[in-house]
Amino acid sequence: MELKEFIDNFAAQMEETDPAEITATTAFRDLDEWSSLSALSIIAMVDEEYDVTLKGDDMKAAKTVEDLYNTVQSKL
Amino acid sequence: MENPFSLQGKRVLVTGASSGIGRAVAVECSRLGATIIATGRSQERLDETLAMLAGEGHTAVPADLSATEDVERLVAECDALDGVALCSGIGMMLPVQFSTRKKLLDVFDTNFLNPVELLRLLLKKKKVKGGASVVAISSMGGTHFFTIGNGAYGASKAALDSFMKFCARELAAKGIRVNTVLPAMIDTPLIHRGSVTDEEHAADEATYPLKRYGRPEEVAYAVIYLLSDAASWVTGTSLVIDGGKSLV
Repeated sequence: MELKEFIDNFAAQMEETDPAEITATTAFRDLDEWSSLSALSIIAMVDEEYDVTLKGDDMKAAKTVEDLYNTVQSKL
Repeated sequence: MENPFSLQGKRVLVTGASSGIGRAVAVECSRLGATIIATGRSQERLDETLAMLAGEGHTAVPADLSATEDVERLVAECDALDGVALCSGIGMMLPVQFSTRKKLLDVFDTNFLNPVELLRLLLKKKKVKGGASVVAISSMGGTHFFTIGNGAYGASKAALDSFMKFCARELAAKGIRVNTVLPAMIDTPLIHRGSVTDEEHAADEATYPLKRYGRPEEVAYAVIYLLSDAASWVTGTSLVIDGGKSLV
């Protein structure tokens, strides 16, 4: 799994945010459009793309996209 | 006077009896005198349920309701049932864009096709007595509440609720009553799978007029009513047990 690919997959779940705005250091919960649906979409994307089950608490513990990438990496 | 809510002398099959609502239904029905046939996948957890039951004569039949041979063995173990409580189920939180055919089939198998197939075989093999009562656990999250991410689960529970009404029509000729219970959020292992955090659950609980989620036994009491002679003129209904949530 590559960080860049993970960031692209993450950005693809956003509806309004410009994908170019999403980087490794993006604090995703601060995004204007972030909602419970976004969180569920990220959990579902990670399940579909990486076959990793993220918990709501994993989402909560991560601040940036890279934090989340590291969490997924640790569960691969 | 005899208590019309008593289940004394009634033989009741309970699915999903190894945890959550199914376990509470088995336990509370036994306290009101029913003889329980408890089924679920895990022998170990069924044994725990069995140890919680009041009275004598109960049995545990481990079965995976998605496995044809297990269902046939379970049906063979049942005889002259006065009640069937269909409580097995699974939860799943998935946005629409991720609700693939495969994911939907998984949820529909467990929540809709498996209980329906079990009921069909019980009827075909004449294991359900005339005058018996069938109760299925559906959900408000499918018939009334359309929570984000709950489409697969909700649609499967709505299908179950709908199908039971057709059963009620057709089985009325045999005097068999068929009803469902529609719980809102109940504090069971099903809702603690981790996709929603405890903090989010706490905030959601505060939106209920009664300020908390339901307890499994509070659903079981509704099932008991529908299984009992107190509900002898009740069929095809969906009993809402929701802490007042549908009012807000």
